[in-house]
Parts: sequence; structure tokens; C-alpha cells
Amino acid sequence: MRAQPLLRVNDLKKHFYIPTGLFGQETIEVKAVDGVSFDLNAGETLGLVGESGCGKSTTGRTVLKLYRPTSGNVFFDEKDITSIPGEELNKLRTRIQMVFQDPYASLNPRHTVKTIVSEPLVIHGLMKGAELDERVKELMELVGLNPSYMKRFPHEFSGGQRQRIMIARALSVNPDFVVCDEPISALDVSIQAQVVNLLQNLQERLGVAYLFIAHDLSMVKHISHRIAVMYLGKIVELAGRHEIFDNPLHPYTQSLTSAVPIPSPKMERKRQRIILKGEPPSPANPPKGCVFHPRCPIARDICKTEVPQIAEVQPGHFAACHFAGTPIQDT
Amino acid sequence: MASILKVKNLVTKFHTVDGVVNAVNDVSFLLEDGETLAIVGESGSGKSVSMMSIMGLLPMPPAKVEGGQALFNSKDGPVDLIQLPYEAMSDIRGGQIGFVFQDPGTSLNPILTIGKQISETLIRHLGISGREAKDKTVSLLAEVGIPDPTLRFDAFPFQLSGGMRQRVMIAIAVACAPRIVIADEPTTALDVTIQAQIVNLFKELRVKMGVSTIWITHDLGLVAGLADRVLVMYAGQILESAQVDELYENPKHPYTIGLLGALPRLDTQESKRLVSIDGTPPDSTILIHHCPFAWRCAHAFERCWNEKPALTTVGEKHTVACFYAMEEGR
Repeated sequence: MRAQPLLRVNDLKKHFYIPTGLFGQETIEVKAVDGVSFDLNAGETLGLVGESGCGKSTTGRTVLKLYRPTSGNVFFDEKDITSIPGEELNKLRTRIQMVFQDPYASLNPRHTVKTIVSEPLVIHGLMKGAELDERVKELMELVGLNPSYMKRFPHEFSGGQRQRIMIARALSVNPDFVVCDEPISALDVSIQAQVVNLLQNLQERLGVAYLFIAHDLSMVKHISHRIAVMYLGKIVELAGRHEIFDNPLHPYTQSLTSAVPIPSPKMERKRQRIILKGEPPSPANPPKGCVFHPRCPIARDICKTEVPQIAEVQPGHFAACHFAGTPIQDT
Repeated sequence: MASILKVKNLVTKFHTVDGVVNAVNDVSFLLEDGETLAIVGESGSGKSVSMMSIMGLLPMPPAKVEGGQALFNSKDGPVDLIQLPYEAMSDIRGGQIGFVFQDPGTSLNPILTIGKQISETLIRHLGISGREAKDKTVSLLAEVGIPDPTLRFDAFPFQLSGGMRQRVMIAIAVACAPRIVIADEPTTALDVTIQAQIVNLFKELRVKMGVSTIWITHDLGLVAGLADRVLVMYAGQILESAQVDELYENPKHPYTIGLLGALPRLDTQESKRLVSIDGTPPDSTILIHHCPFAWRCAHAFERCWNEKPALTTVGEKHTVACFYAMEEGR
């Protein structure tokens, strides 16, 4: 039997209530995350993909309890972080960190790199003085920044360098688990490759586990061990990275993988594309039954009424579809 | 094939308080009749600015087109877009050359209905009546795949999704049957499945209308399935230009090779590390007199630091500005 997973997310829900009406007496319920479950092993990368508004970032943040979950549990190392008291959670926070999407908005412009990178260590009272200086130097070298830039401010760095600062900050407390929320989508192609290589090298050296949230499927396939595909607050498919591209079972995954451009003109001419009709519905007003049925090329009557549950269709390959594995005929 | 647009030695600078930004440094290229040309480059490479310079869409000052020509084969004979007076330029813009901007959220007027915004173009350029324009607008909306076009005629941009708004932008661009459509990152703000829809729409319109297209993008994956020919830009210059198959199979410039290597591939099973290009693009306030890629290039030798390589033919319709690639080719 395998060891216990590092992180176990069980039927996690996060609903937001948005006031509407003249004086805000009424509220709309937005089910941003609606029953998400997955495991993450130590040293593993799980990719979380989906289109904007599907709830992938909210999932990442709720897992870290940056948002209070509406219901469900998150077990980190067998402790349920949704219910443990604040003090204990604070201690756990040294083992869980986050890298945010926008390297321009998530670094305090009035703090030096040293202050930014050392902040987690100072907050948790782990180091001070010369030892702290040493650690910051070491971290900057680790992420490929010149330690002599320690006294500089964020505006003196490029986007890629800022993302390195953010990674150094996340790694300062030696975490076991880092949520990376679209860490490369604000960067140029040549810089993206630098940051992705850095994240992979660090995982090899430090054994850190990543929840890698992104919308770029080819990059997610490159960095992840397993991939979960989200649609409108739910995981519709979860499998190993090759499995999900070679043998997608859910019609949404099938269309998503066929829509990703391949940088080869010859391949592109040969490919069959499944182009979905319409757009994702609003999470404030999701369709009844299977949330994907209005756009689904193989939907039947049962899809309009019954919500498909996620099930292990093949070993290690989960899908939430009444007709999982049915090929889509050319439309 | 005849060329429809010929850009020669285009130079654009921005005069800012922090110094002179050299955005476009001596760019020359041809657009052939009916072809789709992709201009690929990272942010700040000058790909958008060069198109905006040609179209006279840059705020002047701080921008200044300091040299060059853009010979457009218009309906009334060839004209130089750079020298054209404002009024004549307005006739061409939106009439003979359509533009699709990156962000459909900010490029449509939020307080006018989409029907109004499309008919405005028709009335201005074709001189037709409001009633005729409305009929034509409705059929245009249908053509770009907007459901219930008669109903949507009165919709405001905020009532439409990003994908729908981009369809409206495309309807405006092709309304007057232009000779050229310039699309500036038209799918960057959109999700993958919506991107596939928009790319498909462009392909359909191209077959139907035979319009020449310039597609500005940073996404080399997208270009592979879309373009006939590709220009690679870096630091305000064109480094390589080739037919699409040739560029992907036989890239010559170390930058192009690096860009292709930096892309993860869905079509391979191996998981090698990505090839990353070290360093960052040069500061555009410095006027560079040598190869702009020399700082980041693994093959740079003495000559690369002393002179600027010019675009040189290395194969059929394949040109490259690199001393290393030229030596290798010999």
C-alpha cells in the first residue's frame, strides 16, 4: 500500500454570496467550487486546468484556507486544516506556501527584496540577524538571482525576476507544499521556460509538492505528474498526464486537448478539432444535471436531469460523465 | 503573387521623459495578396507598434515615425500610408484596412449598442442609409456567428461575453470588405475553446472574402495552424522570415530556435527540460549598433558585437539576420 498522501481534499465547496437588489437585501449564490476532491502525494505535481471562471484559483486558495471553505475537508498530513485552531494552523503555514499569478501586484513595492524574501521567516520567528541574512543570500542563489540585489526594490526587476523573488519567498520556510496559481501566465515565452525549469529543479532538490494551477494545457502537461480538469466548479476528469491527453474520457477534456495548438504546421493540418459550441455558463446560474450538457456534443436526456458523479473509470483515471469514454463523432 | 502592402525601413521612436525608446528599428517586409502573415515576438518587440505606425494609430507625441514607407495597393492605386494626410487615412482605416484589437473589453465603446458601432463603419465608408446599414449589420452579425442577430443589434458590449465581443470586433473589421485585416493578438484574452472558435471564424472569412491578414501574436503554437508566412521580431527588428513549414522545420536564427525549444510539446512523450533562453530582452532606450540578440546568444562571436547583421536570404523565401546562421549556411 502506498503511504498516506500529503494532502487530501474531500468534497470541498466554496460558495460566494453576492448582494444584489436596490439595497442589497437579496443575494446570489455563486458556487465557485462545488464538491472538489483530490489527493496530492509528497514531491508530486498536480496540474489543475480549466477556463477562466471554472474555480481553479478559488480551489487553490480554499485549500490554503485563504478562503474559509463553505463545506468539505482539507487534510494536510492527516490534520484537517478546515477545523484546527488558528494557532496550530499558523504553525502548519510554514509547511504550506503560495506563488501568485501577477508578479507586479503581489510584491510590496516599498519593501526591499530582502524584506520580502525574509518576511515568512520573520513572521514565524524562525531566524534573525546574521543567520537571516545568510538564508536570504542562499535563497536568492537558489532561484538564480544575484544576492547583491538584496537591497533593491521590486520595480528594479523584470517580470521573470519578480517571479523568482516570489518563489524564493515561498521556499524560505522550507515548505512541503506550494500552491502555484498561474505562476507563468504573465510572462513571455522565453521567460516562462526559465521559471518552469526552475520549479522543476527545485522540486528535484527539495522534494516539494506543487498544486500547479494554469490554463495553458501544454505547459501543465509538461510540469505535472497528474492533471485534474475543472469545469464550472467541479473536477470533470483526473488522470496521469499522458493518460489525460492520449485517452481523454470526458467530452470536455476531449475538446480541450484537441483545441490546444501544436507548434508544428504539419501536425496542425492533420489534426481533427472538436470545436465546442457556445461558452461556459455563469457559475451563478449553472445548468441542471451535468453542468457541461448545454455544450456537450454527446449529451442525452439523462445528462439534463442527473448530475454525474466522479468515478474511477479506469485504474487511476477518474471522470464525471454518464458516457465517459464515448468518442465524439466529427461534428 | 502581387504584393498588397510593402513596408520599407520603418523607424518609430517614443520620446519620453526617461529617454528615447527605440520601438521599431528599420523594419521592412511585404504582404502578398491573399496571404496570412504572422508577426511573432515577445512583449516589447515592436510588433504592435510597427502595425500601429503604419495605420497612424499611435499618439504623436510621444510617438514619432521617423522614417520609412508603407506602400499600400489601395483601390485607387498605390499610396504611402506614412505620408497620407489625416482625412485620406480615415478613408482607408476601417474601409480598406480593418483592425481587430487585442482586448475586446476596452476597444468597443461601452455606451453605444454593438449594432450602432457596426453600422457607423458602414455609413462612414459605404455612404449607405441607416436602414440599409442596419440590414447589412444584422447579416454581418449572423456571418460572424452571433446568435439572434436581430435581437443582439441592440445589445451593449457589457451584455456580451469576451468571445462574442471579439466576434463584434471582427464584424466591424470586415464590414466594408477590406483588402487587409490586421489582427493584434485577437485571441490572447480568450479561453482555449473560445480561441479555437475565433481562429476557425478567421479561416472561414478568409476563404469567403479572400482578404489578406496580418496576425500579431506571441503564440508560436497558434501560428503553426494559421499562417502562410512568419516574421520573427525582437527588439524592434525582424530577425527571421520564412514560410511557415520552413520556419518550424528549419529555423535558422538562435532566437527562433530558442523560442521553439521553450514551448512544451503535446505531441511527444518524453519529458525533457525546456530549452530556456537566458537573460532578458535589451533595454529599448539604448540604440544598439550590433546584433540585438548577442547578449542572450550562445553562438555570439566577435562580429556579432561589432556590426548589425542584415536580413540575408538563406533559402526560398527564407531570410535571417544572423552572422552565425550565415556562416553555417556557407
